[in-house]
Amino acid sequence: MNTALSWIKAYVPDLDVTAQEYTDAMTLTGTKVEGFECLDKNLEKIVVGQIVSIERHPDADKLIVCQVDIGKETIQIVTGAPNVKAGDKIPVVLDGGKVAGGHDGGPLPEDGIRIKKGKLRGIDSNGMMCSIEELGSDRNMYPDAPELGIYILPEDTPVGADAIEVLGLHDVVFEYEITSNRVDCYSVLGIAREAAATFNKTFHPPVIEPSGNDEDINDYLKISVEDTSLCKRYCARMVKNIRLAPSPQWMQRRLAASGIRPINNIVDITNYIMEEYGQPMHAFDYDLLAGHEIIVKCAKDGDTFQTLDGQLRKLDHTVLMINDGEKEVGVAGIMGGENSKITDDVKTMVFECATFDGTNIRLSAKKLGLRTDASGKYEKGLDPNIAEEAVNRACQLVEELGAGEVVGGMIDIYPVKAEESRVKFEPQKINRLLGTEIAPETMLEYFKRIDLSYDETASEVVVPTWRQDIHCMADLAEEAARFYGYDKIGTTLPTGEATTGKLSYKLRIEEAAREVAEYCGFSQGMTYSFESPKVYDRLNIPGEDAIRDAIVISNPLGEDFSIMRTLPLNGILTSLATNYNRRNKNVRLYEMANVYLPESLPLTKLPDERLQFTLGFYGDGDFYTMKGVVEEFLDKVGMYKRPHYAAEVKKPFLHPGRQAEIAYEGRCIGYLGEVHPDVLDNYKIGEKAYVAVLDMPSVIPFTSFDRKYTGIAKYPAVTRDLSMVVPKEIPVGEIEEMIEQRGGKILEGYELFDLYEGSQILAGFKSVAYSITFRAQDHTLEEKEVTGVMNKLLNGLKGMGIELRA
Amino acid sequence: MKEQLEKIKSEALARIDASDALEKLNDIRVAYLGKKGELTSVLKSMKDVAPEDRPKVGQMVNDVRAQIEAKLEETKQALAKRAREEQMKREVIDVTLPAKKAVTGHSHPNTIALKEVERIFVGMGYEVVEGPEVEYDVYNFEKLNIPKGHPARDEQDTFYISDTILLRSQTSPVQVRTMETRKPPIRMIAPGRVFRSDEVDATHSPSFHQIEGLVIDKNITLADLKGTLAEFARELFGEDTKVKFRPHHFPFTEPSAEVDVSCFKCGGKGCRFCKGSGWIEILGCGMVHPHVLEMCGIDPEEYSGFAFGVGLERIALLKYEIDDMRLLYENDIRFLKQF
Repeated sequence: MNTALSWIKAYVPDLDVTAQEYTDAMTLTGTKVEGFECLDKNLEKIVVGQIVSIERHPDADKLIVCQVDIGKETIQIVTGAPNVKAGDKIPVVLDGGKVAGGHDGGPLPEDGIRIKKGKLRGIDSNGMMCSIEELGSDRNMYPDAPELGIYILPEDTPVGADAIEVLGLHDVVFEYEITSNRVDCYSVLGIAREAAATFNKTFHPPVIEPSGNDEDINDYLKISVEDTSLCKRYCARMVKNIRLAPSPQWMQRRLAASGIRPINNIVDITNYIMEEYGQPMHAFDYDLLAGHEIIVKCAKDGDTFQTLDGQLRKLDHTVLMINDGEKEVGVAGIMGGENSKITDDVKTMVFECATFDGTNIRLSAKKLGLRTDASGKYEKGLDPNIAEEAVNRACQLVEELGAGEVVGGMIDIYPVKAEESRVKFEPQKINRLLGTEIAPETMLEYFKRIDLSYDETASEVVVPTWRQDIHCMADLAEEAARFYGYDKIGTTLPTGEATTGKLSYKLRIEEAAREVAEYCGFSQGMTYSFESPKVYDRLNIPGEDAIRDAIVISNPLGEDFSIMRTLPLNGILTSLATNYNRRNKNVRLYEMANVYLPESLPLTKLPDERLQFTLGFYGDGDFYTMKGVVEEFLDKVGMYKRPHYAAEVKKPFLHPGRQAEIAYEGRCIGYLGEVHPDVLDNYKIGEKAYVAVLDMPSVIPFTSFDRKYTGIAKYPAVTRDLSMVVPKEIPVGEIEEMIEQRGGKILEGYELFDLYEGSQILAGFKSVAYSITFRAQDHTLEEKEVTGVMNKLLNGLKGMGIELRA
Repeated sequence: MKEQLEKIKSEALARIDASDALEKLNDIRVAYLGKKGELTSVLKSMKDVAPEDRPKVGQMVNDVRAQIEAKLEETKQALAKRAREEQMKREVIDVTLPAKKAVTGHSHPNTIALKEVERIFVGMGYEVVEGPEVEYDVYNFEKLNIPKGHPARDEQDTFYISDTILLRSQTSPVQVRTMETRKPPIRMIAPGRVFRSDEVDATHSPSFHQIEGLVIDKNITLADLKGTLAEFARELFGEDTKVKFRPHHFPFTEPSAEVDVSCFKCGGKGCRFCKGSGWIEILGCGMVHPHVLEMCGIDPEEYSGFAFGVGLERIALLKYEIDDMRLLYENDIRFLKQF
């Protein structure tokens, strides 16, 4: 919301502050000033001049030479402006002065434009006559300004006066951020009331004089409200013998400063009231209202209606409409209809000033895709008690501006009157909540400034109807706090029972995972939780696969962000692809984020959010590099047992021969593998990539941060080598499992030290060699102990069809 | 005999002096002191010496041996020292050649910022908790004093799954879940992903992170909230950071405030970074609304509390001077490596 300071001062005449002081103080009492613009910025030495005479420039067809009276003297100015004539009063910037912009109305330079005297085609020019654009404004604010040329001031303007003052440009326009609870501050009067309270000055709202002729509006018009829940109040007054004309300059400027283009006196008055009171109004052409009747009721499903912007709108039974005796003439609170709009031929009109239900207006505006200034005001929920004052103020302005003849009386349909509310005054509780010691009288004084009165006998604060946000002690506490000053409230730390600061166990495991990943060279990525359903095609997932059953967002930002991911891979692969595309080498990324698995669809309960530790890389390394990272992690979180890797997983996005499921104590905890070349193609990754996914909810039950010292071996180890010829299809993992099973207590470890397939080995076989270490904790091993175990191992090998290498 | 010994001695010492390598010293040792060495052979010829002279001759032999040994040892040490020195000279390296660094990965800037925040609050006795990202409307809105039809619902353009289930638009539902399941005193922070239907640009993302904070206990005051957040701001942005509280509105707190910190680039004088104001807005906060306490089963007559919510990306962008939010979700390694 934008408002000129001069308009605020109209109601708080004693206000005398700089723009910065105003900004700071208002912000600290809760009316946040987002910024301000001084309208006289870069306007220096600009006075009212009068053109005494004009001659043609001897050497230039398009230039003229003017003698301009600026009060103390007459100066010569050369101009190319086509619109001036002798006798015109114009703004003149003198030698050494400044204007805000160029005559083309382009963006204003930060420091303005300095004007110096000089020669134009050999003729002295001692200043410049100004267009409205050069004065930093535009034709919206000054509709009387010519499209091209010098701004002509009214004839009665005193020569030599400060032209900026005359134009009303010694003003500041403030931009406010009003919070949604302060409906009353979406109006100049609301802000003025806050300004008066903030600076402790007297607030002078407009004094509304009775208006209207001896006639009675009821003789002209009949109004009925069918749906009183959606229309709490409907006030109407009428104006006849309308004389459309431009509104006065003061009104035009106030509107323009608020960002509203002046049109004519009647339109401007309705807009002025909307700004001043925050109350939207609508004007109907009385002669276009069939039956001279207004009925407020909801549309019927399937109705269509042409709003005054020419658009055809589809309606349903929830949209509140204004009807005449025959037809719909306006969408209540949002926009009038093409069929009843005010034209230049209007003779008699009806001012509507109603209080429509905020929620209904908001929903209708959304449904119709039509948000207007009016609906924006209604959405917040207006105080019905403003309507009457606002429409009377409008009629007062009609009379003041001579815009027409106001018909006497008002039609006011107001079945349930909004009453003031009351809140118990509990100063001790307020102080206890704030941590302050504000005297009760001081609190009451603050309240009085914003028209909250005090009923001493009942110890209750009486809240006017425009303050719909005050219901309880905490609300009063805020009112007290903001005028006491948030900055004056002390700074303490909570006392009371001590609490333990800690991370949850899950978060500690996540931290360990991150540490391992980063230690292994993986950097942390973050990607979106929602993605495109096309991701499944990219990942080679078959059409009927259950993993495609993802939660669908009903109002997504387009298809690319429309489902909640059920697989974590798209994020990491997309990020790898981004890096690949940017020619980054050896990229290793990980992500720690959820997938969302619905129990059933459509969703009736919250999905299973499963944290996935996803790693991916391309560049240096292979499958076993990734496997190493997985095992580093398992070690780090205390999972010392041997994980089992099963090759037959059939993840369609992984290379069929280079993938494994990772199981721990018989439970699947994740998988890893080389990304399927088709998938690499889909993501446009031009080299092999590897991924691993650990399902953290499956991992966490096996984790532990407990560590126990088991001593350092005192007795020597014995090492034996086993060189064998193994059928190719037997994975070494099976040999290792056999070694672990049969190795007994004295088995300390084993290490694969040679693996060979090739010309010296029979086709279909591979040569595998292990170095096996034995050690006892309590004695030096004897030969026969070792031989005993070795025999068991040899038997085991035999059972697997493996022979020792000759 | 004596002359013979003198001769052996002077010969031996001269040879030692002339030695330039450790092996040569060993040869000399063998030649004079070894089993078949010259001095040993003198001892062997002791049988030819008159018995009464034997102690004297023995003494002389031992003296010569001792002198040779001493000289040998001395020279050996000198040679070893010289050899080590030469080795050191040979082994001089160019210390300015490139380092061999272990290739480690980097945390996401969001995570680094989050760890900072967690460290501060855990130190003040706060527990770090989590809540679901796909959430019931009741928790995201209704129990936070934002009933159906409330205008605040429009301020946070929310992604819906169904009428009752949505993607949480704030971490505040974790407040509700915590209050419903725990008894005061409560001190917690809840970091996590939130979602709002904002188109992606330099300052907006439909998915971002917040950190919610909640304290519920007896006699918690607005002054406590101010003190806590002032402490937080100083820890996060530096000891000289000043904090400004401005009244604001959130449906689930009353009184409510927005918090600005003095610009940590210009110290509050006003610069480009703070758009000339000297202040940077960082979070929203307030005293938990009594109605919210009630809805969560906490008696507002007995307990009070405060809550705050910080945008994690906002802190990361500010602290690390990242000028485009999209960088946070692209995961370009050249970006991530800078953290």
